Amino acid sequence: MTRATQPMHPATTTRPDDVPLLAMRGIDKSFPGVRALREVDLTLHAGEVLALVGENGAGKSTLIKVLSGAHLPDAGSIHIHGQPAAIGNPIDAQRAGVAVIYQEFNLVPSLSARENIFLGQERTRAGFLRHRDEHRRAAALFERVGVPVDPDAPCRTLTIAQQQVVEIAKALSLDARIIVMDEPSATLTGQEVARLFAVIRDLRAQGIGVVYISHRLDEVFEIADRVMVMRDGEHIATRPIAEIDRNGLIERMVGRKVENEFPKQHAPIGKERLVVRNLSRGEKVRDVSFGVKRGEVLAMTGLVGAGRTETARLIFGADRPDAGTVELDGRRLDVRSPRDAIRNGICLLTEDRKAQGLVLGLSVRENFALPNLGQWSRMGFVIHRREREVLGRYVQSLDIKIPHQDQLARNLSGGNQQKVVLAKWLASNSEVVIFDEPTRGIDVGAKYEIYLLINELAAQGKAIVMISSELPEVLGMSDRILVMHEGRITGEITDVAAATQEQIMNLAVG
Amino acid sequence: MAESKLKTTLSRFTSDYGMLLVLLLLCVYYSWVTWDEQHPTGAAAGEQLAADIVGRFEAPARVIVVARSHQEDAAFADTLRDRLTAAGLTVLATVKGQPADARAALGRAVADHTPPAVIACNQSTAEWGVFDHLARDFGPLAKTQILTPRTYWWPNFLKTDNLLNVANQIVVIAILAIGMTMVIITGGIDLSVGSLIALSACVSALLIRDVAGAEQAGAFGMVVCCLGGISVCAAMGLFSGVMVTLFAIPPFITTLGMMLVASGLAYIIAEGQSIYQVPDTFVWLGRGADLLAIPNAVLLMVILYAVAHVMMTRMSLGRHIYAVGGNREAARLSGVPVRRVLLFVYTVCGALGGLGGVVMASQLKSGSPTYGLMYELYTIAAVVVGGTSLAGGEGKILGTLIGAFIIAVIQNGMNLTGVESYTQKVVLGLVILGAVLLDMLKKKGSHLFRRAKS
Repeated sequence: MTRATQPMHPATTTRPDDVPLLAMRGIDKSFPGVRALREVDLTLHAGEVLALVGENGAGKSTLIKVLSGAHLPDAGSIHIHGQPAAIGNPIDAQRAGVAVIYQEFNLVPSLSARENIFLGQERTRAGFLRHRDEHRRAAALFERVGVPVDPDAPCRTLTIAQQQVVEIAKALSLDARIIVMDEPSATLTGQEVARLFAVIRDLRAQGIGVVYISHRLDEVFEIADRVMVMRDGEHIATRPIAEIDRNGLIERMVGRKVENEFPKQHAPIGKERLVVRNLSRGEKVRDVSFGVKRGEVLAMTGLVGAGRTETARLIFGADRPDAGTVELDGRRLDVRSPRDAIRNGICLLTEDRKAQGLVLGLSVRENFALPNLGQWSRMGFVIHRREREVLGRYVQSLDIKIPHQDQLARNLSGGNQQKVVLAKWLASNSEVVIFDEPTRGIDVGAKYEIYLLINELAAQGKAIVMISSELPEVLGMSDRILVMHEGRITGEITDVAAATQEQIMNLAVG
Repeated sequence: MAESKLKTTLSRFTSDYGMLLVLLLLCVYYSWVTWDEQHPTGAAAGEQLAADIVGRFEAPARVIVVARSHQEDAAFADTLRDRLTAAGLTVLATVKGQPADARAALGRAVADHTPPAVIACNQSTAEWGVFDHLARDFGPLAKTQILTPRTYWWPNFLKTDNLLNVANQIVVIAILAIGMTMVIITGGIDLSVGSLIALSACVSALLIRDVAGAEQAGAFGMVVCCLGGISVCAAMGLFSGVMVTLFAIPPFITTLGMMLVASGLAYIIAEGQSIYQVPDTFVWLGRGADLLAIPNAVLLMVILYAVAHVMMTRMSLGRHIYAVGGNREAARLSGVPVRRVLLFVYTVCGALGGLGGVVMASQLKSGSPTYGLMYELYTIAAVVVGGTSLAGGEGKILGTLIGAFIIAVIQNGMNLTGVESYTQKVVLGLVILGAVLLDMLKKKGSHLFRRAKS
């Protein structure tokens, strides 16, 4: 941020420690059968960034929902600027100056950035919209955020980073003093994250308190002033960021000592199994050729939009290539649909579990069986007993936490959903397993289990492609790294042990 | 934990069987309001009255049997006469006709000095004026008793004939609703089925008239002609499916177009007229009842529901249909042949529309392009009332059967209680809205439940 920012609110002129901007005390919240929050305290000062970390199910989301008025707490108090705040619904929260920016944005795609900002608080005169006034104010807000966005562009045409800026501008237009960001960086590229951090620092300088929720610990250390750890609905610790290190943080999150974040084991590497030659599709995938060997974990990395997912979809038959061939064990495959790919022993674990990996309205068992019905049916009739048996084994070996096999997939946590997706593909006995961002949105404990599973698959002689944007994961778990940029493979790193994040980033930016 | 488990079980029960409960309550309600005195008729009434008379009078007591001339009364009179004769009683006369005939029979008995001990009537003939003043009009018959079959109390709604009537009324919509349920579960809709009824009825009747030999058509010929009508509709369904899958035209628009096409075609081939040159045996499917007095069409409906239920719950294809509706992309990436599934459901829906047309043509013994008007809407109503979500991905075949019967029972019940047909429409519309509202509340409930868990 090059622009000098003036303090906009007098709050920054007083000592931030005198009266906390936000004080949540002794918050209790139970749901039938679950105690989601247990006497949780949260303190946020004006002009500070508080990182909130914890595994999935630790209670972060519930705590934020209490703050935003989506949930009523069973016990506890909320004070803002030392004044008791009665937050009974989202409108109370808005009035109290609380804005929450969720992972899934609340924007209307067909309306413009300006219209979204003023949605529900339209500027009117005698019932007519004051377009010019809105436009001017929107432009001013974007300037204050420090990111230029065309106020008249439909939100559908904006990048995810720009949409986030629209959300932030909307929060500012409501005079929000407390801004909560739930996993804001999950779908951003490296540069976009850097720009987001600049925006956050700017907000902090303006005296706004930011609660930053993230699974990415690197970011927490970069942006946060203090970090608060939650586990199992309880407040575990709050520390200034300088007084804690990465391992200490992970230990507090998982509640035990962590020996090694990436338990990589090197399986014996054999002959080429999957060979891709000259695969192309439009601008997204250009002349991509590579091979994966028996027992090898090949990481594909690059910036978002580099064409990694698109390449995987071509191999899997989800999209049709313009040109190029795919061979498995020396045999050329004619893959026209995912069905063909599955039959040939290729599977793809998609990045977006909810949209592409699971049918949320079906049960765990039905999802699990979907690609495997051929194996478990006779004359078109599904043998339910076989489904139950096999799923039972996977539930045990993958430690999937479900009350019963007929539980709807939508009622599972992210980690358990990912395990169900894993189970369904493991049961299909695929020879080539393509993981697209296998650990996105998954907590530390579940991540570790998925890494162990990748090791096991490699040991069984399968060929594994792991698409990942998380460089520590790429460096920690792969045997070889491919870097893509704008649809092409721009680099290959064979000596993973000596590779660095900078080396990858240089290749990734082209 | 135990509490939440109970809640789950309870909510699952209400979601699976809630509509069944509604249907039962409707049946109870209409049974209650149509509680009425019943007069037995036909052979059964004859048997019962004969036993009554034999028990009270020594052979060879004399009896005159009086009934009207139509079929049911004749059966009553003949059975009664045969039973009484077999028991050794003397049946002086068996009147099957007008009061004048009864007067003549009584006159003969007086003239012959053989006064009967009993005049055996049924409920209608007992009320004839001729019997009002026996002592005055026919002196010797002063001691003659008039006996009728005993009456009993029973709801009009629950009479076998009425229940069969309910089933017959709904059978076409219920058959259509099977295909519609599958289409709606995939997240689509089919507005063309009403017109397909007309098209299929016209094609089938036309083929029977022009190819199979009109009134002289044989059973085999008629079956082939009806299959022809059904095939045409299946082809129309397949065409809709192609439009939806290959060209990604929204199902609503596609089938709206096909609705007009099919209706127009029906008018063209029938030249705007009814086609009634079909043999009498053509009504076998629509009006016949071969097995245990169950109408053939109802039997067909039951079989189709059983097959569809098994397919949707036990077969891969059924699982695929749910998956396509629940999340098309996830289904495709899991290896489900999405296009084939969609082509299948639209073709089946078309074919069942055609079958519905054949049933209706058979019921009415003719084919006409005016058949099936608004049937697509009643069919969708049956599916929705049966608990299938228009958003796709969920729904049950047997729920649809219950939904169809709820509509039929309400219509029938309103007929029995004398609600006029304009009011019936209003009530039916409100019932459909109520059912959807119930569905939404149920969803909202489960949504709250889900939020509580996360």
